[in-house]
Parts: sequence; C-alpha cells; structure tokens
Amino acid sequence: MDSIFVIEQMLNGLGYGFMLFMLAAGLTLVFGIMDTMNLAHGSLFMAGGYVAATVHTQSGSFIAAVLAAIAVTMLVALILEILLVRRLYARDHLAQVMATFGVILISDDLVKYLWGPSPLMAPTPLGLTEPVQILEGLPYPSYRLVILGAGLAIALGLYVLVNHTRVGMLVRAGASNRSMAELMGVRVRGIFTWVFLLGAALAALAGALMGPISAVEIGMGESILIPALVVIVIGGIGSIRGVFIASMLVGLVDISGRAFLPPMLRAVLPPSIAADLGPAITGIAIYALMAGVLAFKPAGLFPARA
Amino acid sequence: MSTNISEIVASLPRASAHEHQGGMALVWKVAPWVLLVVLAALPWIAAFAGAEYYVGFVRRILIFMLAVAGLNFILGYGGMVALGQAGFVGVGAYTLVAMSDAGFTSAWGMWIAATLVAALVSAVVGLVSLRTRGAYFIMITLAFAQMIYYVSVSIASYGGDDGYTLPQRPALGFGLDSANEPTLYWVVLAIVVVIFILLNRVTCSRFGHALVGARDNETRMLALGYPVFRIRLVAFTIAGAMAGLAGALLVTHNSFVSPTVIHWTSSATMIVMVLLGGVGRRWGGPLGAAVWIILEEVFRGMTDYWHWPLGVLLIFLVFFAPKGLAALADNRAKKKFSKAGAH
Repeated sequence: MDSIFVIEQMLNGLGYGFMLFMLAAGLTLVFGIMDTMNLAHGSLFMAGGYVAATVHTQSGSFIAAVLAAIAVTMLVALILEILLVRRLYARDHLAQVMATFGVILISDDLVKYLWGPSPLMAPTPLGLTEPVQILEGLPYPSYRLVILGAGLAIALGLYVLVNHTRVGMLVRAGASNRSMAELMGVRVRGIFTWVFLLGAALAALAGALMGPISAVEIGMGESILIPALVVIVIGGIGSIRGVFIASMLVGLVDISGRAFLPPMLRAVLPPSIAADLGPAITGIAIYALMAGVLAFKPAGLFPARA
Repeated sequence: MSTNISEIVASLPRASAHEHQGGMALVWKVAPWVLLVVLAALPWIAAFAGAEYYVGFVRRILIFMLAVAGLNFILGYGGMVALGQAGFVGVGAYTLVAMSDAGFTSAWGMWIAATLVAALVSAVVGLVSLRTRGAYFIMITLAFAQMIYYVSVSIASYGGDDGYTLPQRPALGFGLDSANEPTLYWVVLAIVVVIFILLNRVTCSRFGHALVGARDNETRMLALGYPVFRIRLVAFTIAGAMAGLAGALLVTHNSFVSPTVIHWTSSATMIVMVLLGGVGRRWGGPLGAAVWIILEEVFRGMTDYWHWPLGVLLIFLVFFAPKGLAALADNRAKKKFSKAGAH
C-alpha cells in the first residue's frame, strides 16, 4: 500500500462524499424545517439518473442531459410537493414514512414501465474518458475529477446561499425554530416549497453525475437513500454544515473500509476469515459510525434546533 | 414500583374497547374462536378443495403475524417507531441456519435458541437506540438492521448474497413429521396462537399499561417513579424476541433464507402492515400482515407491475384511514363519541 494508492482512494472517498452531500443537503433542510421525513428523495435521485442517461444517449450532449434531468426532476418534485408532501407536514413521522414509502413503490413500477426492468448503460461523456495525470504516477479518471469539482462548487454555492443571503437566513430561521420564524412573519411554507425543489434539483444532479460511474437501475434510489439518511443524522438534522462534515466523513470511512481494510485483514488473519470479515466490516462501518455518534450525541454532531 | 398504580391504570385508555358495546360484544367475543377453528381446519379444507398451496401460504402469513404483532406492541402501545425489526427476523433466521449448519437437528431447540439470541441482540440494540428520540430513533434502529444485513451478506459460509438452503427441515420430535406440510402448519399455528395470547396478557398487565403511560406522558410516568427506560427496553426486547422466533420459523417454513428478509424495505413493510391493520390495536398486527400479504399475492398474480397498487393503497390509507383497518370495525356510536371527545 503506497501513498499514491492512498491519495487515489481518498479522492474516491471525497467524490462519494460530495455525491452524498448533494443528496443529503436537500433532505436535511426538508427534514429540519418541516420535520418531514421523505423516503421518496431516493426516487428523485433515480429519476435524475434515468432522464440523464436517456437524454445523453439520444442527444450526445452531457450538459443537455444534466439540465434535462434537473428540469424533469424538479417538475416531478413540484407535483409531488403539491399533491402529497404538502399534506404531510402536519402529520407524524409514521404517516410520512408510510406515504413516501408508497411513493417509492409507485415510482419503481413507473420507471420499470417507462424504461424496462434491465439497468441502463450511462455513457461517460466524450472528452472525459481519458485519465488525467494529476500527480506523478497517479492517473485519475477525468470524469471523477469533474464530479469532485461539481461537488465542491455545489457545496460552496450552498454555503453562500444558506449563510450569506436573505433567503438563506429565512431558511436557517425556519430550521432552528419554525414557529418563532412564522411569528416573525416568515412564510415558512412558501420557502419550503423552494427548498424542496432545490433539494430535488440537487438529487437529480447527483443522479445524473453518478450514472456513468455506477449502475442506473431500479432500486438505485433505495440503496443510496439510507447512506444519505445516515449522513443527515450524523450531521444533525437541519444543519448544512453538519451535512457537509458528515458526508465527507461517511465518504472517507466507507471508501477506506473498502480499499484499506481487506489487505490489512489479509495480513493478520487467515484468508478464509479475512474474506468473510472484510466485506462485513466495510458494510457496517458507516452504520457503526452513526450508532457511535448517536450514543454520545443523541441529536447528531451539529443539531440545528437548539 | 409505585403504590398508586390502580389510579394510573384507571386513567389509561383500555387496549380493547369492545367490551361494553351491547349487541356487537358477543360477535367480537365469538369471532376470534371462529377464526381459530377455520384456521385449524384449513389443511382439510385445502385438501378437499385441491388447494394445498394455500396451507404454505397461510403458514407464511401466520409467521409474519408473529413478527408484526411484536412490532405493533412497541410501535402501537410503546410509541417506538422501530424501522429495524427485519434485522431481528434475520438474527433469528441466521441463528437457526448456523445451528443447523453445525449439526443441530431439533426444531424446538433451535427455535428457542433463535428467540433467545434475537432477544439478546435486541436488548443490546435497545440499550443504545432508546437513548434517542423521534426521527433519530427511527434512523438508529434502521442502522442496526443495516449492520445485520451487511453481516449476513458477507458471510460466505452461509451463502452470502445467494442465501442458504437447509439440507432438510429441522426435526419436530414427539412423533411429528416436519416434512409433512399440514403438520408444520399446525405447529406454527399453535405457536402463534399461544404467543399472541401471551402478548395480550402482557398488554393488559400493569406492565402493558405502564408502557402505554410512558408513550402518552413520559414526564408524568417518570415523576410517578416508573423506570420508563427499563420498561421500554423490556418491551423492545420482547418484540425483538418475537421477530427472532418468526425468523427461525420462516427458515423452517421455506427451508431457505437470504439477506433479502433483512433489507430495510422489509422493515418498512412490517411498519406498513402495523399501520394497515391498526396501530395499538389488539388485532392490528395480525390483520395488517394478513391483508398486506394477501394483496401482494393477488396483485402479483394479476400483473408484473404489482408494487404500485400497494403504493396507492398506502397513500390512500394515510389520508382516509389513518387508524388502520381495525378502526373501521368500530361501531357508529363509538365514532360519534370519539368525535365529540376530540373537539
């Protein structure tokens, strides 16, 4: 295990972390402001992935594909918000879990009907297929660099939006104490619709960007939803700063578990035990991290509600 | 324990409100026994109708009733939204697999061991999880179930992702043949009925009422000297043990288990079953499990796209029958009463 390998895996971990950040940022604000648990967020991610893969294959333009994915997903999210989510604010978590789980069941079948049951091939954008020499002896896929750059840009943009604009101030006010913000004349519900749409756009962007490096398939939303929920819980529900730190943490822990643990285990344990133990520890690493954080800080690292 | 428990008990809502409803009361008293007789006679009815398939189908429903009744106990009566019950089902299932793999053959021994191991695991999980509240509790129970899921996926000796097939069904002993489908059905029915009755005893006991009290007003129960955390932990462990037993029975029933039973969507489906049946109602768990599994079977038989009708049903339930199917059986007088009480 040399330093080049370590740097490469760290970059992969950050890339995964940025993807989780894009998904979790919208989710945590929805959760933090309206206390609404939306399991269907993963379905929006899936919608982004499918639309982007289709448009990209048809038109050949990756930019157009990403924009189309964002536009279509925001439209879907708007319909979802007006028809369903808006009516769930006043309900308990149980009703929210149940209704949005219903949305997952419907959207999986809808995608199966529109695109068929087999996974889609999402091509890597032209011009980004060659690796780039970022350090001596470290060629890194240029597409992954684009993902890192996009993630960083989104994180910075969101930071400025939430911390240094008037809208962001209202969002933070809503997240830390909704009823107080409402008493002060903030139309929290109106802001929330925009936050929900912004979250949908970020989920779609993550789906579109993830397509070429992972599978575009039914169920992709459910499998990424859980790590995203882990991120917002570790970070503290409603906190953008918490989500950012937690997603980097989860990304690095997950990837280093995958990359560094198996060789280390093979070095100290018999091969048959190492072969079983490696994937097990890798799989549970982020959940153990979350359970550990909650055992000591039951409201996450940076809870938005005081 | 506090000395004035009778006052608390008197002020708590009764778990079942069917006792004093005049003419309907008799129907409600007789219905469970009629149901039991029908269930007991099912293998003969199925053989007569040439539909032996349904013996196994109803057996699967019975097994899920067990796990879902446990979840309803903590979710409905205890107010704990645990999104990880499938994890304990998996613990029970894989305990049986591990013992069977190691050469054990007695079904009873393995079922008891699976129940105990699941109880132990859920006690440890509860010890950590019950420190958290609300959405954090939902998420941490889910996290533990995910850990169990990934462990089960990665143990290659028990099949990993592909699952594990039992070479033969565990032996029942006492002259009972577990390979005989009706025999196993009756054994499962007997276990489920006995545990359901026991669970109802617990629900109606002082402990059960204290659990409901902790759900409704934790501060007050604490002030009265109730060990709320311990009460919740015991309830959580009971539900985990029931899920574990259901898991062990499920492997015996299928002669097969795969990590799919532990996937988080299985945990979510169990919550859905409770809500469908009626949260915090005696018959909520069994009713929800039965209706959901039957609907799944019906839709699956009709179309490849069998998920979306269930999704629509869920959304419909949330808005039009939020108290579940069991609540639809409440008679009009009671509805009027509760409406008057609400305003």
